[in-house]
Amino acid sequence: MSGTPKEPAPEGSAPILPEPSALDAATSPHLAVGTAGIGTAMRDVLVGLAPAAVMAVVLFGGRAAVHLAVAVAAAVATEALACRLRRRPTTVGDGSAALTGLLLALSLPVSLSPGATALGAVVAVGLGKAVFGGLGQNPFNPAMVGRAFLAACFPVAMTTWVEPAGLDGWSGATPLVAGDGGPVATAWQLLGGRVPGSLGETSGIALVAGGAFVLFRRAGDWRPTAGMLGAIAGIAALEAFIRGSAARGVVAHLGSGGALLGAFFIVTDPVTSPLARSGRWVFGALVGGIVMAIRLGGSYPEGVMYAVLLANAVVPLIDRLTAPRPLGGPMAPPSIVPAAALAVAPPGPPAETAP
Amino acid sequence: MTEIAELVSIAFAAAIVSNPVLTWFLGICPFLGVSRRLDTAFGMGAAVTFVVTVAATLTFLVQRWVLAPAGLEVLQYVAFILVIAATVQLVELWIRRFQPDLHEAFGAFLPLITSNCMILGTCLLIWLRGHDTLPRAVVYAAASGVGFTLALVLMAGLREELEEADVPGPFQGAPITLIVAGILALAFMGFAGMGRA
Repeated sequence: MSGTPKEPAPEGSAPILPEPSALDAATSPHLAVGTAGIGTAMRDVLVGLAPAAVMAVVLFGGRAAVHLAVAVAAAVATEALACRLRRRPTTVGDGSAALTGLLLALSLPVSLSPGATALGAVVAVGLGKAVFGGLGQNPFNPAMVGRAFLAACFPVAMTTWVEPAGLDGWSGATPLVAGDGGPVATAWQLLGGRVPGSLGETSGIALVAGGAFVLFRRAGDWRPTAGMLGAIAGIAALEAFIRGSAARGVVAHLGSGGALLGAFFIVTDPVTSPLARSGRWVFGALVGGIVMAIRLGGSYPEGVMYAVLLANAVVPLIDRLTAPRPLGGPMAPPSIVPAAALAVAPPGPPAETAP
Repeated sequence: MTEIAELVSIAFAAAIVSNPVLTWFLGICPFLGVSRRLDTAFGMGAAVTFVVTVAATLTFLVQRWVLAPAGLEVLQYVAFILVIAATVQLVELWIRRFQPDLHEAFGAFLPLITSNCMILGTCLLIWLRGHDTLPRAVVYAAASGVGFTLALVLMAGLREELEEADVPGPFQGAPITLIVAGILALAFMGFAGMGRA
C-alpha cells in the first residue's frame, strides 16, 4: 500500500515529476480522495495502520517498537537517497516510503534481528520501487518485495513465531501451522491478537477497524479486499464442507496469518492493483485463491506475500482483459493474445532463408 | 484413475511449481530476448511447447530403445542434442511444406529453438525425475512448455507496462528486466511443496 495510481495525480504530486504538465492530470480515482492527492491518501493509510502498530507494541513489547522505527527510518532514508542520486526533489514528504517501511515491519516476526528489518526496508524501497522510477511506477508491492527478499535470505528467522507476551514469551507455531488438526485458536483470540504471528497481523479487531477507516476514506478501493476475503471464505467453507471437523474453518482462515493485513492494506494498493473495477475483483480473488492454495497444498504455512507478488505479475494481463469499453465505442473483444498474434509472422528472417 | 491424477499432478508441478524458467532458470535467453512484446512472447512459447513435446517423445524412445539396451547411457547428452537439432530441422521442413500457416507463425522461432537449453533440459529432466513411462514423459514435456509460455507471457506483460515507467538510466533495458525476473522467481517460491515435485 505504498503508492499512488499509475497516472501522475493532479495536486500534491508535483515532486514526483520534475515538470508536471496539464496532460499529467489523472481522472476520477483521485477526485474521490478527499481534497488533495497522494499525501492525504498516504496519511489516511498510515492512520489506518496505527491501531495495528499500537497493538503490535502492546502485544510484543518494546522490541516491536524498535522494529517499526528501524523499518520506517531505513525506508525513508533509502527514498531520500534514491531521490538525491537522481538529482530530483525529494519525495519523502508524500509518506509512501514511511508506509512501505511500516507495512514491512508489521509483516515481520518480532524475533527477527532489527538489522535484517533494516535490510528488508532498504530492499523494499530500493529494489521494489526506486529502480522502477519511484512512486507509481513499480509493478510489485514494495513491502512484499522486501519481505520476500528476507524470507529467501533468512528462512528460519522469518518463520520463528513468538507468543505475544513480550520477550518473555515462548516460541510456538502460528495457528496456521498448529491448526492442521483443527482450529487451535478461538475467534476471540484471533480478534484480540493473543496468538503467535507477525507483529501487525495478529490482532483482527485492530486491522478491521483500521481497514474500515481506510476504505471509508477511500484511500484504498474496497473491491480487491472483498474479492480476496470472499475467495478465502469461499474456499475455506468448501474445505470445511469436504473435510468436516479436520478443517480449520472460515473464521480461522480469515482471522489468522496475514489475511486481514493483506486484504485491507496490501491488495488495496492502487499502484500495484488493476485499473478497472472488474479487474480489481479478479485481482483480489486471485490473491485469495493463491493464499488458500499455498495454505492447504504448499509447504509454507502462509502465502499472502507470495500471492500478492504473483497476482501483481498478472496485473498487466488483467488490465488488458478488463479495460473498460468507452460508451458507444468499438466492440473489440479484449484478449491477452491479439487475434493477429498467430497470423502475423513475427519479426525475424523470412521463411525462405530458413535452412 | 490414479494414473490420471498422477498425470495432472505431474503437469501442475512441471508448469507451475517447478516452472522451467522461474525455478530451474532454463531457457533464459528467449525469456529475456523475446519477452518485449506480448504477441511474440506467446508465439515463442507456443513454438517451444510444440517442439519440446515432439523432442521429448523422440528422446524418450531413443533412450528406452537404443541407448539403454546398448548400455550407452553415457552418450545421452550427445544423442539428445543430435536428436533435438535434427527434430527441429525436420519439423520445420515438414511444416513449411504442409502447414504454411503454421510456418508463417512459427517460422522465425524454430531455428532459434534448436539452441534453447530448456528443450534439452526438459528431455534430460524426464530421466532425472523418474518419469519413466511415455505418457508421463509427454505430459511432463508439454506442461513444461506451458510453464515456459506462462513465464514469457507474464514477463512480456510486465515489460510492456515498464515501457511507460520512468526507469532511471542505469537500470533501463537488461538490468530492470533481470530485477523483474528475480522478483518473479521469488514469487514462484511460494508454490514450493505442491503437486509431485
